[in-house]
Amino acid sequence: MTPLLATKGLSRHFGGLRAVDNVDFTLMPGEIRAVIGPNGAGKTTFVSMVSGRIQPSSGAIVFDGADITGMPAYVRVRQGIAYTFQITSIYANLSVYANVALPVQLTLRHGPSKSAIQAAVMTALERTGLADRAHMPAGQLSYGHQRLLEVAMGLALKPRLLILDEPTQGLADSEIDNFIVLVRDIARSATVLLIEHNMPVVMQLADRITVFNAGKILAEGTPEAIRENAAVQEAYLGTAP
Amino acid sequence: MSEASPAKAYALHLGVIALLFALSFVLPEYYHGLLARIMVLAVFAMGYNMLFGYVGLLSLGHAMFFGAGLYGAGLAIIQLGWGVPLAFLVGIACGAVLALVIGLLALRTTGVAFMIVTMMFAQVFSLLILYFATWTGGDQGQVVPQPARVLNLGATSLDLTDPTVRYMSALLLFSLVLLVTLAIVRSRYGRVLVAIRENEERTKMLGYDTFSNKLMAVVVSGTICAASGAAYALLFGYVGSSFASVQYSILPLLWVLLGGAATTLGPLIGTVFMYYVIDVSSGYTSAYLLIVGIALILLVLFFPKGILGTIRQRWLGWLP
Repeated sequence: MTPLLATKGLSRHFGGLRAVDNVDFTLMPGEIRAVIGPNGAGKTTFVSMVSGRIQPSSGAIVFDGADITGMPAYVRVRQGIAYTFQITSIYANLSVYANVALPVQLTLRHGPSKSAIQAAVMTALERTGLADRAHMPAGQLSYGHQRLLEVAMGLALKPRLLILDEPTQGLADSEIDNFIVLVRDIARSATVLLIEHNMPVVMQLADRITVFNAGKILAEGTPEAIRENAAVQEAYLGTAP
Repeated sequence: MSEASPAKAYALHLGVIALLFALSFVLPEYYHGLLARIMVLAVFAMGYNMLFGYVGLLSLGHAMFFGAGLYGAGLAIIQLGWGVPLAFLVGIACGAVLALVIGLLALRTTGVAFMIVTMMFAQVFSLLILYFATWTGGDQGQVVPQPARVLNLGATSLDLTDPTVRYMSALLLFSLVLLVTLAIVRSRYGRVLVAIRENEERTKMLGYDTFSNKLMAVVVSGTICAASGAAYALLFGYVGSSFASVQYSILPLLWVLLGGAATTLGPLIGTVFMYYVIDVSSGYTSAYLLIVGIALILLVLFFPKGILGTIRQRWLGWLP
C-alpha cells in the first residue's frame, strides 16, 4: 500500500535554529497518528510544511504518490489536505453557517445548488454538534464551540488528510470526551494527523505515535511502545524509570 | 445575513430605482441635473466599495480608474472621432486593462503599503495626463463637443446633452451597476471576497486562491469606476485632469464611508448626502468645506459604520 503522506529529509531552518531537521515520516491511509513532543520540538512547523503554510528549507513532501513540495497551500487543500489552526482562526463576524458554507461551496464547486450547500453545511454542523447555533455570529460562540467550528470547517472540505493542531487545547473535560468520539467518527472517512499535548487523549485515539524532540523524530510506535520507551520518558515526560 | 430573503433585497433595490425614475418627473431643473451627476458618481463609489467594502482593500488611487474611463471615452471622440457607443466601450476597456496591470503589481502588497502603492500609481497617471498635454489638453482639460455626444440608434438619435436623456442614461447605468453589485455580493464569489476581508490566511487554508480572487475584485472595481468615468465624459462633456487628481481618489472613499462600506446602497446614500450637505452649507457661507468637514467628523464619531451600515447593524440585519 502506498503511504498517504511521506516526507523525505524534510528540514526547515529559521536562521541558525533547526526547527525541523531532516525528518523522514510516513503516514498510512486510515490511520490516526498523534504527533507529540515538548514545546518547540518542531511539531507545528512540521505540519505547517505539510499543509503548505511554510516552505521547507530542503527535503520533499509526497502526498498520495505525488510530490507536493512546491505546491501552494490552497491547491493542497483542494487535493485533500485540511488544516485546522492551533490558534482558533474563524470568521468571527460571520455566522456559524457562513463559516462552514465557505469550505462547502469549494468542494461542491461543480454545479452546487443552494440546497446542496445547505445540506452539506448542516451535516458538518450536526457532526460537530453546532447545528442549533448555525445562525449565531461565530465570534459569540464559547471557546470550546469555536474549536469545534474549526473542526467543522475542516470536515466540510471532505479531506483525505485532516491535520488537527492541538484541538483540545482549552477545552473542558466533558468537551474532550465528546471530541474523542468526534475524531473517531472522522477517522472512518479520513486519515487524521493530530498534534496533541493531552496524553490521555493521545493514548485513547492514536493508532501510532510519533515523538518529536529538537526538530527530529525521537521515536515512533504504538501507544504502548511509546509509553514504555525510556528515551521518550526522559525527553518528554521528564521522569526517569 | 447571507441567507435571508433575496426577494426582500431585490424588491428594495428595484424600489430605489423606481424612486429615482419617478424623481425625474418632479425635480426642479437644478436638482434634476445634480441628481444625474450624483448617480454617475455613485457608480464610481459603488466600484470603489466593491474593493474597499467587500474585500477590505483600501486604495488611494481609484481616480486613475475613473480617469481611464473619462479619458478613454473622451479622447476616442475628440482625437479619433469615434461614436458614442464605441467611445464608451473604449473607456471601460481602458479601465479594465489598467486595473489588471495595477492589480498584478499592487496586490503584492497589503495594508498601508497597498494604499501608498495605489496612490503612487494614480500620481503617475495624473502626471502622464499633464505631460501629454497636446493630446489630453493638460490641466485645462477638453470639452467634448456637443454634436459628438449624440447616440444614433437607427432612425432615432438620442442627444445626450438633453436633460431627460442624460438623466435616464445615468439612471440606466446606475441601475445596471447596482443590480450587478447586488448579484456579485450575494453570490458565492461575494462570500469569498468577504472571507478574504475577514481572515485572508484562513481563506487560503480553506482552498481559495486569494490572490486571483483579489485580482478579479480589483478588475471588477476598476471597470465599474471606468464605466462611471466614461459616462461622465459622454453625459457632461468635460474631460479634465482634476478628475484624475488625488482628490478624486479620496472622494469615493468618503462617499462610501458616509453611506456605509460593504452595503450595496451605501455608495448612493453617501454621495447624495455629501452633495446635499455641500449644497445646503454653501448657501449660507463660503466656508462650506468647514461644515462638510465637521459633518464628516461627527459621522465618523457617532456612526463609524456609515449611515446604512448603522441602520443594518441596529434594525435591518437583512440589508445586503
